[in-house]
Amino acid sequence: MAAAPFVLVERELPIATVTLNRPRELNALSEPLVVALMTALSELDGDREVRAIVLGGDEHVFAAGADVKQMAATDPIDFAFSGYVERWDELRAIATPLIAAVSGFCLGGGCELAMACDLVIASETAQFGQPETGVGIIPGAGGTQRLVRAIGKAKAMDVILTGRRLDAWEAERAGLVARVVAREAWLREAQAVARTVAAQAPIAQRLAKQAVDRAADVGLAAGLQLERQALYLAFASADAREGLTAFVERREPTWSWT
Amino acid sequence: MVLDVTREQDVLVLTLNRPEALNAFTVELHEQLAAALKAAAKPDVRAVVVTGAGRGFCVGQDLDEVQEQPTGAGERLRRFYNPNVLALRALEKPVFAAINGPTAGAGIGLALACDVRVAARRASFVPAFVAIGLVPDSAASFFTVELLGYAHAFEWMTSNRKLDAEEALALGLVAEVVDDEALLERTLERAARLASAPGEAVGMTKRLMAHATHARLEQQLELERQLQDAATRHPAYAEQVAAFLAKRSR
Repeated sequence: MAAAPFVLVERELPIATVTLNRPRELNALSEPLVVALMTALSELDGDREVRAIVLGGDEHVFAAGADVKQMAATDPIDFAFSGYVERWDELRAIATPLIAAVSGFCLGGGCELAMACDLVIASETAQFGQPETGVGIIPGAGGTQRLVRAIGKAKAMDVILTGRRLDAWEAERAGLVARVVAREAWLREAQAVARTVAAQAPIAQRLAKQAVDRAADVGLAAGLQLERQALYLAFASADAREGLTAFVERREPTWSWT
Repeated sequence: MVLDVTREQDVLVLTLNRPEALNAFTVELHEQLAAALKAAAKPDVRAVVVTGAGRGFCVGQDLDEVQEQPTGAGERLRRFYNPNVLALRALEKPVFAAINGPTAGAGIGLALACDVRVAARRASFVPAFVAIGLVPDSAASFFTVELLGYAHAFEWMTSNRKLDAEEALALGLVAEVVDDEALLERTLERAARLASAPGEAVGMTKRLMAHATHARLEQQLELERQLQDAATRHPAYAEQVAAFLAKRSR
């Protein structure tokens, strides 16, 4: 019998839902799972009919972190040259809007994975944390960098140095989470957000996502410059003509991806 | 056992059982309460009743225990009281307090953390905290403000006035006052009725109301929408609607 796939992909165009599928290991982010995830995401990213992607776990756990068992048995030199952590950078190349649907535990690598998405929709049951220093390592897939950008130094240090978990409401107040939803509705609401995202002009969405992502990397003047160029590029698209005209004519626009 | 746990069909009954000390809290009682609240979270438990054995409901911290470690209050709250208050509030089912007698200090916190309070005529309520130089704990400073409003809450907590059952009823602190010997039966009757309510609507209502204490109107409406959506997916709703329509067409 074939082993269960590490990730499940469900297309309900114009959105797709990718589900981490190692529930018995609390969706521990083993190397094969990360490879399967990146492969699935870049495949969806290449499909123009997919306008937004939801990434979720199950009701009890988004992902509880790296595969600690696997790490404990890994030689440090092998670990450094395995390219495991580098694989995570492939997420940055995904141009399609990516929405994390988080229910339950979202810890360590799981929290880093959620933060690498464009926005996070959290169930009331969600718990975010970076407990790495408790096992002698540190967050290695962007945790120290993205958490401080998301919630500021004071709370990021609290979370990283003490291992304290943020519940969904505190995470929302801190800016890690875009919306908190009823635990019964965590996936449905994230998919509803994805459908709203998917209904906007696709070229504009991708340019906007790029511009927001670059905000963390560049100074304000360069960021504004980049934003303006992205605006001119969007403005030159046929979809911009269509969108502006449809608004004036009070009708729904039809996007052509051109 | 210093906490008796019994079952009346779908209702779990927790009886604080240190009658010689009017059911004052000890570490042992906290630990057994924590275990019982964990059991109470299981889905086959549809309602919970908390009551006291003997003459009292609960008179708060056992002072003999404090004698051994007089400055450990903060640690006691962090390790025992606070987790139990949170666990009790987190139960997505109705929790009833059957208040059989004197209630003081953290006993008030316990009673107010429940969703419905039924009091025996002989029940009485005294804050006790400020009178001995302590502040209200086990969420007594939270639930009194929520239930009574600031003015009544502050006046009562600081004056240390002893309320009898009728006064507590007049203030809205308890839902009903019954004869001493009828207390448990009456509370169980209320608990059984809510335990048999269709679907998860009672538990969801509790969640909504807990959310309302810190939500803006827009957020509250949004959570109502999501939970209503979930409630309509529960088979119990379809059954109730079908039963209603069948009755109407008859």
